[in-house]
Amino acid sequence: MSLKTIKNTQQKERLFQSLLSASGVIILVLVIGVFITLLIQSMPAIIAHKFDFFSHTTWDPVSGQYGGLSFLVGTLLTAFLALLISIPFSLSIAIVLGEYLTEGWIALILKTAIDLLAGIPSVIYGFWGLFVLAPWIRNLEIKLGVLPYGVGILTASLILALMIIPYAASLGREVIRLVPAELKEASLSLGATRYETVRKIILPYAKSGISAGFLLSLGRALSETMAVTMVIGNSNLLPTSIFSLGNTMASVLANEFSEANGSIYISSLLEIGLLLFVVTTIISLIGRRIIKKMSVHQ
Amino acid sequence: MKPWRTHFLTSLLITGLCISSTHATEILGAGATFPYPLYSKMLSAYNMKTNIKVNYQSIGSGGGIRQLLNKTVDFGATDGFMSDQELKNSREAILHIPMSLGAVSIAYNLPGITKLKLTGAVIANIYLGQIKTWNDPQIQKINPRIKLPATQIVVAHRSDGSGTSAIFTDYLCKVSLPWQQKVGQGTSLNWPTGIGAKGNEGVAGILKLAPGSIGYIEIIYAKQNKMTYAEIQNKAGQFVSPSLETIAAASDIKIPADTRVSITDSKKGYPISGFTWIIVYKNQNYGNRKESQAQDLTNLLWWMTHDGQAYSAALDYVSLPKSVVAKAEILIKSISYNGVKVKK
Repeated sequence: MSLKTIKNTQQKERLFQSLLSASGVIILVLVIGVFITLLIQSMPAIIAHKFDFFSHTTWDPVSGQYGGLSFLVGTLLTAFLALLISIPFSLSIAIVLGEYLTEGWIALILKTAIDLLAGIPSVIYGFWGLFVLAPWIRNLEIKLGVLPYGVGILTASLILALMIIPYAASLGREVIRLVPAELKEASLSLGATRYETVRKIILPYAKSGISAGFLLSLGRALSETMAVTMVIGNSNLLPTSIFSLGNTMASVLANEFSEANGSIYISSLLEIGLLLFVVTTIISLIGRRIIKKMSVHQ
Repeated sequence: MKPWRTHFLTSLLITGLCISSTHATEILGAGATFPYPLYSKMLSAYNMKTNIKVNYQSIGSGGGIRQLLNKTVDFGATDGFMSDQELKNSREAILHIPMSLGAVSIAYNLPGITKLKLTGAVIANIYLGQIKTWNDPQIQKINPRIKLPATQIVVAHRSDGSGTSAIFTDYLCKVSLPWQQKVGQGTSLNWPTGIGAKGNEGVAGILKLAPGSIGYIEIIYAKQNKMTYAEIQNKAGQFVSPSLETIAAASDIKIPADTRVSITDSKKGYPISGFTWIIVYKNQNYGNRKESQAQDLTNLLWWMTHDGQAYSAALDYVSLPKSVVAKAEILIKSISYNGVKVKK
């Protein structure tokens, strides 16, 4: 190799590295930029109503009262309820596709269907929720004797659960497939049944990856806007049961930002955005800790 | 250490290059969603006629006002006029040019009942949560011939900030003192009761879902989706259904020179109607604007208030009455560049 080609290769290498670090820097700058922008823009609101924001449930732009508690509760309630509902389904799908049906056309169809589920625009989920799911919930509510709205916390959580299944299921499937064959074979050769192998070998081995999938889907549920807005009922009162109407931080932003006027009003909306940013970060940090603790030490 | 610094600098440079600005040569507008179908029809016709491209983004009235104040657009559009305080805050004079008229219908889902009369006070009491069932004496009294069911009323309102809500609550404030004191008027409100739904389509969805529901919907959406809506009592005591004629009739009042006026609770016509405006700076010499831009904008506004009105009826919009066009002409003629009137 001549000196020139070596130099050329080195230059290419350097350019490639620069491009990579540029992408990294852009992401970092963006995230920090978003945080700083939110913080600066929500300062007037933070100064104006201090901690009332977290203790008050009255959100009244007309009289200038901005309490965000019911939105915080609504967000956490719908996201965790959705996660709870989705876990049995996403876990079963991950096991089926990762262990039982790894090849063949049925697996292909199932896999495609799951991926497709993740690709459907959220507004379609919203409409489906409003026109198909909500009447079912309404009938259920009539039978149970609660106020038959059809929309509300429960409907929103069900829609969210459906939307987040693909994330946990896809990641879970990949992780389960990564479980070393020797481990599985060893288990089977010792006389363990397939079920026992799944329960005692595969799931413990893959649990940190599976939890990462749940974390990903929780993050999705926390920030989903359109579909939730369409079926949650957008009531600013604090929800009292899962049949209540509610509201989430993301949907208040989606609903009111475009028409907001007045600096404290916009600032309060941005404070909700900041809160959502912080809540998502905290949950993701806690989640990472849990995953780290769970991961297999080799 | 050193190669890392080069990397860092190169990457910063690339980051900087990515954030470059684009330069626009067309007319830019943004604002209200209600007149969007009308404006987009008008503007495409204008483009074919004059070859001037106008880009209108329907981001909502509040957004339209904000964008104009930030001077990122040539014109804003709003369904609710800016308050005296807002105009004072802007320092530079802003003109409201009326473009069309809209109305809010009170739609309901009562199987078998196709004709219903409502008064302002009754609507306010329903939205305050004080009238809870359809056979309430207050509703029965104004509909003596109809057998109303004992169904519970499911109240639906807009959850997104909206000019439709602003016109609706402006009306309720005029007809109900309790409403004015407890809730007030605005694009987003603290609703005492009911389900919030996003957009006209969301409210329509709730209406379809729940028998016994009531909701307010922008009239063109209600008409095009063949929804059932009530006749509303106007100030003269007549029960009026919203139509092109009755909405235009509501604007037959004394209109101030700046056309910033609420026409709800009118003596004539349908009482929940309102104007929609395009807002522009009176003095067009701001930022780096050229005189030709001011000329183009003024010509566009003139065309929209005159020839452009011909596109209204086909899209179910109400064209401006002649008296209002006259006011709009005076306003457009007052637009200036460096103290010189732009429209000759």
